[in-house]
Amino acid sequence: MPKVLWKFGDDVSTDIIYPGRFMATVLPTETPQYAFSDIPELHNALNQDYCTKGQVIVTGKNFGCGSSREQAVSTLTGHNVIVIAKNFARIFLQNAINLGLKIIICPEIEAEKGDEIVFTGDKVFNLTNEKEFSIIPLPKARQTIIDAGGLIPYVRARLIEK
Amino acid sequence: MKQTIVQKILAKSVDKTSVNIGEIVEPRVDLAMSHENAALVMNQFFEIFNGTNLEPKIWDQEKIAIIFDHRVPAESKKTATNQKKIRDFVERYDIKKFHDIRGDVGGICHQVLPEYGYVQPNKVIVGTDSHTTSHGALGAFAFGIGATEMAAVWALGKIVNVEVPQTIKVVVNGEFLKYTYPKDLILYLIGLIGAEGANFRVLEFCGETISKMNTSGRLTLCNMSVEAGATSGIVAPDEETVKFLREEANFYGDIEIIESDTGAHYEREIYIDLTNLEPQIACPHRVDNVKSISEIEGTPIQQIVIGSCTNGRLDDLRVAAELLDGQSVSSNTRLLVFPASARVYNQALELGYLATLIKAGAVVMNPGCGPCLGVHQGALGDGEIALSTTNRNFKGRMGNPESEVYLCSPAVASASAITGVITHPKKGAN
Repeated sequence: MPKVLWKFGDDVSTDIIYPGRFMATVLPTETPQYAFSDIPELHNALNQDYCTKGQVIVTGKNFGCGSSREQAVSTLTGHNVIVIAKNFARIFLQNAINLGLKIIICPEIEAEKGDEIVFTGDKVFNLTNEKEFSIIPLPKARQTIIDAGGLIPYVRARLIEK
Repeated sequence: MKQTIVQKILAKSVDKTSVNIGEIVEPRVDLAMSHENAALVMNQFFEIFNGTNLEPKIWDQEKIAIIFDHRVPAESKKTATNQKKIRDFVERYDIKKFHDIRGDVGGICHQVLPEYGYVQPNKVIVGTDSHTTSHGALGAFAFGIGATEMAAVWALGKIVNVEVPQTIKVVVNGEFLKYTYPKDLILYLIGLIGAEGANFRVLEFCGETISKMNTSGRLTLCNMSVEAGATSGIVAPDEETVKFLREEANFYGDIEIIESDTGAHYEREIYIDLTNLEPQIACPHRVDNVKSISEIEGTPIQQIVIGSCTNGRLDDLRVAAELLDGQSVSSNTRLLVFPASARVYNQALELGYLATLIKAGAVVMNPGCGPCLGVHQGALGDGEIALSTTNRNFKGRMGNPESEVYLCSPAVASASAITGVITHPKKGAN
């Protein structure tokens, strides 16, 4: 059962997710080790074995604001976390879809650290506080990329078609 | 159909006469810019072709710009190796608009692009840097994208599935008070609408103040539009734009003058009168935590930074030199100056600004992003406070989560360097 690993407020910047001092590390295989480096408790939880896959980070509005650095997405993809946000900053949202990070836009979400969460296509259920919340679909402009499994396979398929 | 300037640019980029807000389009890209993160773009670019039997091919090597700025000269062997790989790529693919670490043609990407005439009105520009919004100052639709998105642009020459955005019109009237600048205006606006206030929207700046503003000031406004979440900032091109392109950017090609139609749809209109606008300061740890200087004057500062893509241009250094002429940087603080480009550095050198700053005790560093993103050239100690003309003050931004960053104009930074505390420039001038 997915649990809420961490709860944030609004406007979590890419500097919090992936501090600038690690930006010389670019490869998606290498970025996960630096996720949330300035929040030791969360950083350690992600990097230790007891962090089972599919755990949830719940955040407020404008998650991923700031830099266009794609490391802020690949660092999370590598840990297989799911991000539920009231909404996302534009570039982060596009990067997340391009790299296949599991993200959920849920404007009314109420959840605390440790809560158990399940979701269907259009609803998030918090089993701990026994509430359900509607999911806003991802932008339709990006659906073809999601369907293709990310931007790289999408572009690859287009080039082969040509 | 009545259209905004961004609708017109996007319509042209897909060979249509008009596009609707919300419509999904695939614009042709006129310029695709990356900095050191080209190392990641290259990786993703080759990944696209992996297993296809197709030769990895760039759509147009004339339209790719790569500028080293984020960590120059390299601060680590990792960066140096990435830069080396990028140089090899530039040579292999014959990338024309490449600016290496040089004292003649180097600099911050958002300064180099306009300086070299790479940015023109009515163009679509993408960059793997959020502050690509800057280039709207010359009437281009310019926005930041991630590295994988850029790899797709390198392969296709188009940006996949762009939704034509809503525009917020920002009408600015009145004269700046002495010691108040475009930086104060954009900080005020960000404080007004918040860090998310323009998410997925364009900020279009107009009004008599904007008409009179030079390109440098417009670059500051558009640069920081992303701090309100904006996809892009934009100013309709005008006589000032033409003058800048001809006289400063040495661009002699056709310039397409366009503007929003009267009656075009704006999601919202914001009116700002500058009459009583004091210098503005963004306080830790949010860019939208903006206060008037009178609320926080006297705060002690240990490091002052003048520079960046926001405020490292010649007129910014002129303001600093004027305020620091014959003065001395307080022994309680340190002043680091980063000209935005090699051209700015050389001009400031010829005009004597750098000598004035050095005599006052400033450390003049090489052109580049400097400590803005917390990599090198000016980390902060635990508990230290910086006052900076850069664009972000997120926790840990200057390399240390146990420090604080305040954002301000070059005038406030300079006046505060003399006293060691946040100081209104009118007091420094007495």
